[in-house]
Amino acid sequence: MLPDLTAGVALLALTAYVVLGGADFGAGFWDLTAGGAQRGAPVRAMIKRAMSPVWEANHVWLIFLLVVLWTGFPEAFGSITSTLAIPLFVAALGIVLRGGAFALKGEAATIAEARALGATFALASVIVPFFLGAAAGAIAAGEVPVGNAGGEEWTSWTHGTSLLVGALAVAAGAHLAAVFLGADSRRAGETELVHAFRARALGSGAVAGALALAGLVVVRSDVPELYDDLTSGAGLACVLASAAAGLVTLWLEWRERFELARYTAAAAVGAIVAGWAVAQEPYLLPPDLTVHEAAAPDATLVALLVATGLGMLILIPALTWLFRLALSGRLVYEDKPRP
Amino acid sequence: MIDGVLGGPVDQDYLLQARQMQAMSFAVHIPLVCFGIAFPAMVLFLEGLWLRTGDPLYRALAKRWSKAMLILFAVGVVTGTILSFEMGLLWPEFMATFGDVFGLAFMVEGFSFFMEAIFIAIYVYGWERLSARTHMLAGVPMVVAGITGSLMVISVNGWMNHPTGFSIRAGEVVDVKPLAALFNDNLWHELVHMYLAGFIVAGFLVAGVYAFGWLRGRRDRHHRIGLVVALSVAALAAPAQLLVGDWAARTVAERQPVKLAAFEGLEETTKGAPFSLPGGIEIPKLLSLLAFHDPNATVTGLDSVPEDDRPPTGIVKVSFRLMVFIGSGLAALGAWFVWLWWRRRRLPRSLWFYRALVAAGPAALVALIAGWVTTEVGRQPWVVYQVMRTESAVTGASGIPVGFGALGLVYLGLAAVAVVMLRRLSRPPLEVGP
Repeated sequence: MLPDLTAGVALLALTAYVVLGGADFGAGFWDLTAGGAQRGAPVRAMIKRAMSPVWEANHVWLIFLLVVLWTGFPEAFGSITSTLAIPLFVAALGIVLRGGAFALKGEAATIAEARALGATFALASVIVPFFLGAAAGAIAAGEVPVGNAGGEEWTSWTHGTSLLVGALAVAAGAHLAAVFLGADSRRAGETELVHAFRARALGSGAVAGALALAGLVVVRSDVPELYDDLTSGAGLACVLASAAAGLVTLWLEWRERFELARYTAAAAVGAIVAGWAVAQEPYLLPPDLTVHEAAAPDATLVALLVATGLGMLILIPALTWLFRLALSGRLVYEDKPRP
Repeated sequence: MIDGVLGGPVDQDYLLQARQMQAMSFAVHIPLVCFGIAFPAMVLFLEGLWLRTGDPLYRALAKRWSKAMLILFAVGVVTGTILSFEMGLLWPEFMATFGDVFGLAFMVEGFSFFMEAIFIAIYVYGWERLSARTHMLAGVPMVVAGITGSLMVISVNGWMNHPTGFSIRAGEVVDVKPLAALFNDNLWHELVHMYLAGFIVAGFLVAGVYAFGWLRGRRDRHHRIGLVVALSVAALAAPAQLLVGDWAARTVAERQPVKLAAFEGLEETTKGAPFSLPGGIEIPKLLSLLAFHDPNATVTGLDSVPEDDRPPTGIVKVSFRLMVFIGSGLAALGAWFVWLWWRRRRLPRSLWFYRALVAAGPAALVALIAGWVTTEVGRQPWVVYQVMRTESAVTGASGIPVGFGALGLVYLGLAAVAVVMLRRLSRPPLEVGP
């Protein structure tokens, strides 16, 4: 019971990070592909405005996930970080470059500076989800044994499943970002941007859906056990739920119902994460280490769960307030004093 | 002494590089923590002055500081993330074996970090469109979270130096008591020491910016207020730090005698131990007096443990002295200002005071890092004091030098850009609204 609840907390943190953090990385993808300095300026301005007040809070979900893992499942944490040191380290470097460049590019004085920082931000925004996704794919594929660097340092995460999960992470983030930014643009009354992001949401949604389907094919030959669990029982239910939510999102985007689309897009991505968890249940590190075997002693799990419960009591109202203020356009930094 | 649950020590040719990489990552992050501790309180204090007096200059200055605070926080977020990753990437055996003992502290830290991120964003982006009262109130959790977050990380460091809340049976960690580990005996002095250090470093660095302007003839009210607010914080904290430092050293003398011996390079256990100054001068019995408040106390020497269990003495000794020397100088500088302000209500007139202030910020940074080197290297060869050796904790993965080099390059670039941007932020004249 306690190990399952703790795994539930980890899954919640992971889902929140994939949806909220993923959308911030996706915004970076659209920044990267927005075109020349002049043509891309409105898109980039919207991204900056939407992301600035929330990206740090969204990023904390990753830290929270790491902490839950090393406190609740320390053996698994040590095994993952030592075997998957390369993709995780590249992702960590990407996180520094992405966050640092985003925080500092606001002060850029020349076009060259803004371009260099903007490009760093945008490129790192693609690298981070790709490598984190590849690491997740390695775990799902059963490439991480218990031990200090017990798995293969390269081939554990360079096989088809890993690369596909990495690509899917980038595409899903881009899709979420386009949906969220489209809704933000509508709220801000930027009609041209609404259409720009709507087109991006439709396109990226199609790509993400195609990648998810291709993923199933790759998983079928790469990791048959995982494929079986994804195509039966609760795993199948999650896959179907994700597909349905994805299709509804595309329909909502088509009909320009952007606010509702935020939630269905998040559900589509969240269902993939849940599907992964359900498919590899009861294992934390397939094929050997189960959630129950990996769990910390009860005293630690009780403390972790109580701390999480109490923490959520303050976190949820605070986050709600932040998102409300941000969505209603009340969090904007203006250098000039009020007239 | 135990090996760890992932299978015990591995062949790692680059243990030293792993330690250096960790040290570099800490050295980059710790100054930003100082700003996380002190800057919110300083900014909120300025805003409070504005609300009380209605003087728009206070508001304009608070707003500008808050923007610098946000940039420093963002850089702190990402450098802190590197540390979280490195815990596992470099020391997987340590995490796998003890994560369940000390992890609770990081849970609380995680929520503090959430609060800090949320309320710093609301505060900095909410200047224009939130009511003055709501805005000020949004600043309060930001200050509190800055304190609780660092409290929890310090708790883990205190635990590594004085591990409690578990037992070892047959080489395995059992009887885990997370709360006992969280509130270990080292928490309190380390916390107060670091907390004051945060105010000293951030206060002197910010004051130094205004002192530099002062020397160049920018002595308007804006510069005066910026100087006085930042300097007051540092000037009060610096003398107090001497007392806390004494408390910390006495605790180390009691609980980690070998570490204290490394501070002083004391080879043999000595009754009435002398304090040696550079140049071979020795002051009789002073070390015993300092460490135990008793001139005839016996101070344990390095020879009390086998050579393998001794920390590298040279670097610990130099760092300790550097910290004490700079800390004393900063305390004197702070006392000079406090005395004059208290008796005469004015700033010092001597240009040397302002020159010293410009140097004080970087010097405080050096003292901060020297202090952490003292305690961290002084803990070696243990990652968990007298329980797990650092060489048992290190990763079996290859490529540590490559990672070290790559991170070093990224940090150099980040530091260069951050300094340029922060200087740019401080330059334009302050625009004061109604």
